[in-house]
Amino acid sequence: MPILSTFKKGGIHPRDMKSLSSGCKISVLPMPNELVIPMSMHLGAPASLLKNVGDRVFRGEKIGQASGFISADVHSPADGVITAVKKVVLANGVVCDAAVIQTDSEQSNPFSVLRDWNSMSKEQILSEIKDKGIVGTGGATFPANVKLSIPEGKNVDALIINGVECEPYITADHRIMIEKPSEVLEGIMICAKVTSPRQIIIGIEENKPDAAEIIEKKIAELNLHHIRVRLLKMKYPQGDEKQLVKAILDKEIPSGKLPLDVGAVVVNIGTAWSIFKAVAYGQPLIERVVTISGECIKNPCNVIAPMGTKVSDFIEYAGGFKEEPDKMIAGGPMMGFSFFNEETPITKGTNGLLFIKDKKNYEKTACLSCGKCVSACPIGLLPTKMFALITNGKYEEAMKLNLMDCKECGCCAFSCPAHLDLVQAFKTGKKLGRKK
Amino acid sequence: MITVTSSPHFHSGDSTQKIMFSVAAAMMPSCVFGICLFGFRAFLVLFASVASAVLTEYLLNRISKEKNTVWVGSAVVSGWLVGMFMAPSIAILIAVFASFLAIAVAKWTFGGLGANWANPAIVGRVFVFFSFTSAMSSFPMPSVLKAVAEVDAFSTPSPMSLVKTSLATGEFSGLSSLEILAAQKFPISPLALKLSQVTGFNPYNIDAFVGFMPGCIGEVSKFLIILGGLYLIFKKIITWHIPVSFLGSYAIFTWIFAGIPYGLGFFSGEVLPSILRGGLLLGAFFMATDYVTAPITENGKLIYGVGCGLITFLFRFFGSLPESTSVAILMMNIVTPTIDKFCKPRLFGTVRGKKK
Repeated sequence: MPILSTFKKGGIHPRDMKSLSSGCKISVLPMPNELVIPMSMHLGAPASLLKNVGDRVFRGEKIGQASGFISADVHSPADGVITAVKKVVLANGVVCDAAVIQTDSEQSNPFSVLRDWNSMSKEQILSEIKDKGIVGTGGATFPANVKLSIPEGKNVDALIINGVECEPYITADHRIMIEKPSEVLEGIMICAKVTSPRQIIIGIEENKPDAAEIIEKKIAELNLHHIRVRLLKMKYPQGDEKQLVKAILDKEIPSGKLPLDVGAVVVNIGTAWSIFKAVAYGQPLIERVVTISGECIKNPCNVIAPMGTKVSDFIEYAGGFKEEPDKMIAGGPMMGFSFFNEETPITKGTNGLLFIKDKKNYEKTACLSCGKCVSACPIGLLPTKMFALITNGKYEEAMKLNLMDCKECGCCAFSCPAHLDLVQAFKTGKKLGRKK
Repeated sequence: MITVTSSPHFHSGDSTQKIMFSVAAAMMPSCVFGICLFGFRAFLVLFASVASAVLTEYLLNRISKEKNTVWVGSAVVSGWLVGMFMAPSIAILIAVFASFLAIAVAKWTFGGLGANWANPAIVGRVFVFFSFTSAMSSFPMPSVLKAVAEVDAFSTPSPMSLVKTSLATGEFSGLSSLEILAAQKFPISPLALKLSQVTGFNPYNIDAFVGFMPGCIGEVSKFLIILGGLYLIFKKIITWHIPVSFLGSYAIFTWIFAGIPYGLGFFSGEVLPSILRGGLLLGAFFMATDYVTAPITENGKLIYGVGCGLITFLFRFFGSLPESTSVAILMMNIVTPTIDKFCKPRLFGTVRGKKK
């Protein structure tokens, strides 16, 4: 057994809760009658809607045009008719336009013909990825074509495939690795063709040995020996680019820089799979795997569902609630967003929907300066100091303590015995600090 | 009902209250030993200290119309520590007064929980120590030793002050502290005599380790204090940094310099007996590690620990009062904000010392 690596500074070990859904095969959600397609499903500027109320749309048809460099096209996940255009509130609090699509009872499948991507040039592949609206499906939803476009003069040392999935409960990528290993590997090959890396490494946390084994077997079968699998010690937030690059390459990405600045490109498993489908089948990012889990849902599962499916459809599919949940979360419990409206649609970044109980029997106390937040912070910040400054309205002083480097991973608030709302304060502090 | 909050939606399950009660649990064995050794009187002192601290906190909460913070347990721990650092024969009112000072003066006036700059228990202790010095520095001989004592003594100084006063007479130059104790016919428990024959350890060290010593209620049994401290480290309530740097630096300074007052020269200090005496271990594990008054970063904690060790050593070997550990910690409490200012964690992606 080799010594497993991980990042050194900070990090926490939450209960992983993955056994609830890790054994459930990915099933296909029946096409809902109504989809709500938000125009802002990605990082950056929202797409502008190309259709009007009453227009017919087809599965895979572009209905939203990317508006800016960091933005992404939006496609219709189904054949149907646009019945309304309205404002929706997404789980993360973003308010944007959305097209409501009444889906047809019969759906076509235009994406069943395999194309030979080997004959495509780098530029063709990149433009295909852009046209199909591919963004990172791990949660950050950064446009994939931007990430994979390597500027002139930069060399990629390592293409790192992120199979860490360090958020508790979430098993979407885990199941994709188990069930679609050859498609994922081909997606990785496409990314490799575009970025020409010196080495390709798939990072997987040790709680998914089955996935690592299957991927390794497939690598041997397909004779892709230049792709290596690296098992990593479990630690949250290892799925974050900065921590993953540190764990695998032992390089630190400086504040405000990208992985490319240390010669790395990081692509998530789900994204690699989407890239494969986009390039090989021409299928835009119109569906994704979502983990439905939590103590309160009757049948936790992993489903592949169209973008814009409402949470209520998922609840119904998973057999309803065992008990009334205290919180509904889009994403994982560490960085996901809690929301209250069951009509909220999922987006390209929704890797999980959780329905959990919230233990409220702890009361907040004053900060004791125990330093647990300091030793938990993977970035090396002083959460307790920044918290004190922000609660006293001293945003600029908090910014001087590198508040902007905080990525809201939640390690500090997870560890805080005083139960202070540290992350909430940092989110507020960043907004108000930036304004000044 | 659905609640909406900011992430994270997961928590380690830790709470201030749990921490406080774990600390109390870690102090329990050593206190039980103290009560067994010194009798009901010791229990009374401990009880009075805790009760006084809790009552003071409750009344101050009422007077200032703040939220009741008694349930957090911090007053219990502070009061308990005050009691542990008291001689079992002390007047109950002194213990009550010390606890009152700890909560009212050291903690509440600076803004209550989390806002005090000095460890409340130490402030309480140091204040009454300098007000009632003789009462605070004479201890009853435990019955185990009284039975074998050649000199009839109800109230004796601790071994440490006995050694110090003997040294001052000038008669014992050239002898180590253990030899001085033997020369002064300091009693040895039968158990230690037996164990000493079997293991070859000095019987005074064995007595100190087990706890058959005149001393404060909670500090006599070094073995149980170490056990409690290891429990806290194991439960991740404290880290190893402060106890190790405190005791380590103290041991090193002692080894190098402590032989000088005995006329033995450099590198001849008695490390083990010196660590096993007085309140050093209790201070290193339970007082210096107080969250509020210690630095927050690991490097800061190391500096703080070394500072505590150095000052304790200086007071013990060159000071004239039998009070070293608590004053040393109190002095380092003053420096804590400065240490925090200079010991910041390294920002990810930067090299220490360079601006980003």
